[in-house]
Amino acid sequence: MLVFRPAVDNISFVMFLAIAIVAMSSLFVSQSAIKENGRFTFINLLLLLIIGMNGVVLANDLFTLYIFLEVTAVASFILIAFEKGKNAFEGAFKYVVLSAVASALILASLAILLMVSGGLGFYEVKDALLSSSNSKIAILAVAVFVVGLFIKGGLVPFHGWLPDAYSSAPSPVSVVLAGIVTKATGVYTLVRLVISVFGFSEPVKLMLLLIGTISIVVGALAALGQSDFKRMLSYSSISQVGYIILGLGAGTELAIAGAVFHLFNHAIFKSLLFVNAAAVEEQTGTRNMDKLGGIASKMPVTGTTSVVAFLSTAGIPPLSGFWSKLIIIVAVWKAGFHGYAAIAILASLLTLAYFLSMQRRVFFGKLADGFAGLKEAGPWIIIPALILMLITVGLGLGFPWLFGTFLMPVGSIL
Amino acid sequence: MTTIDLLLLFLMMSAAMWTVMTPGLLYSAIGLALTSAILSVIMFQLNAPLAAVFELSVCAGLITVVFVAAISLTKPMSKQQEAQHAKTRLKRYLALPVIVVVLGWMLWSAPLNFDFLPRGIASGDEVRQVLWNTRRFDLIGQIIVILTGVFGIVVLFKNRGKEEAEK
Repeated sequence: MLVFRPAVDNISFVMFLAIAIVAMSSLFVSQSAIKENGRFTFINLLLLLIIGMNGVVLANDLFTLYIFLEVTAVASFILIAFEKGKNAFEGAFKYVVLSAVASALILASLAILLMVSGGLGFYEVKDALLSSSNSKIAILAVAVFVVGLFIKGGLVPFHGWLPDAYSSAPSPVSVVLAGIVTKATGVYTLVRLVISVFGFSEPVKLMLLLIGTISIVVGALAALGQSDFKRMLSYSSISQVGYIILGLGAGTELAIAGAVFHLFNHAIFKSLLFVNAAAVEEQTGTRNMDKLGGIASKMPVTGTTSVVAFLSTAGIPPLSGFWSKLIIIVAVWKAGFHGYAAIAILASLLTLAYFLSMQRRVFFGKLADGFAGLKEAGPWIIIPALILMLITVGLGLGFPWLFGTFLMPVGSIL
Repeated sequence: MTTIDLLLLFLMMSAAMWTVMTPGLLYSAIGLALTSAILSVIMFQLNAPLAAVFELSVCAGLITVVFVAAISLTKPMSKQQEAQHAKTRLKRYLALPVIVVVLGWMLWSAPLNFDFLPRGIASGDEVRQVLWNTRRFDLIGQIIVILTGVFGIVVLFKNRGKEEAEK
């Protein structure tokens, strides 16, 4: 008999759905981007990755969580290096090194927490931390664990591996990495542990608010300076994850609902943008935005879906990204952190700026030389792009119904 | 802490540093196996025989086999490359022993209050009970980690020799 009591609640359901949707999109893209002789291996690795992420979501014990974080990480290294190019190995190597540092920090923290609480179940550790709230060694263990998760989530200043890993990986791997892997291993884990184990103490809140805000601003500024399509999206990802962490840092029911909603939205629209990047790279043979231009006239579906994804990322109504950002900013403001809320609003303008620049350089304006015969990407890329776009629009339009039915119950986990 | 414990800790740290600093991958894998073997002895010293046996069989045994299998699938460096690599690697990690000593001293003298719960030593039956009954889901996860790692080695190195020959 398998003795295991999974931690399944409303947040878990949101994550299962996001993992399934993003993995499906990656699978679609792989049919076009991965050579036929490597497709079987790719699908097996993708399945191992899904096992790892679902295990992370199901875990209600810190050691179980660590093991499934490792399953996800090992499958990710291999997937990044899948095409065995120099850049792919470099990206995978950076991920391996920083992930190993994160694992070492998490393991060290587990050892201390085991000695403090006598077990590693979420509730055992929570009780032990509550009863020894002034213990310096327990505070150190929590801080070390959280830093390990910041590395896994690619938050500033621990983001060094992320742009290389995302941009050097094959297209379907970029979709799944940017769409869900870092969200499941770094961001969801952080949300789960802060809510269920560590609690919202003032130092934890301050650390989350600071790291979240720095990630929003640094990610957006770095995205502005990129000319590689996928690298720009990678930095944008760092910035958007910052919003989730900012919401978590506010620590109220509304903020948690907003953070989880943005986590889901980000998984969807970032996957869509990486699917668009796959379409552009496959059809034009380049990701350099300086060499592209005006291709929306030749690739109308890719152009339209990328506009929807960009508007949602920038927080333009009535798309899903607008609502989740609005909830986060309102919740952070209501919690009394006015300065952080103001920075988050101003950084939205930066998001708008780098995405407008991307749209103008890639999809609009005069058609770049050599692309007169350009055609739309194949159905394996168009179908997931359309599905992801419909979800983004549907979630935005259905928000008034979703708010009371799904979102506030998610936040009520507090 | 007895003299034997101190000596074992010193040997383990030395083996671990050699693992990181040595330029050859094979030597590094052997260094890691040695580190695990000494850690197993420390675990025996701490009355944790089952943990020691696991450390010895999985880390010093199985993991080393996987490493050596992966290394055997790679192309060795030329003598010149090896000499250059050894030089740069030594230079890069020159400060490591100093950092380890300083960190060790800091942790030793830090006023940390280790107010831990008193631990009893589990009997063999209890360990088996915990491992097979309460931590079975973890075991499944660990099996998947190892499977994924081995699968990764096969995927990344399987046709490497052929591909290099074609180039």
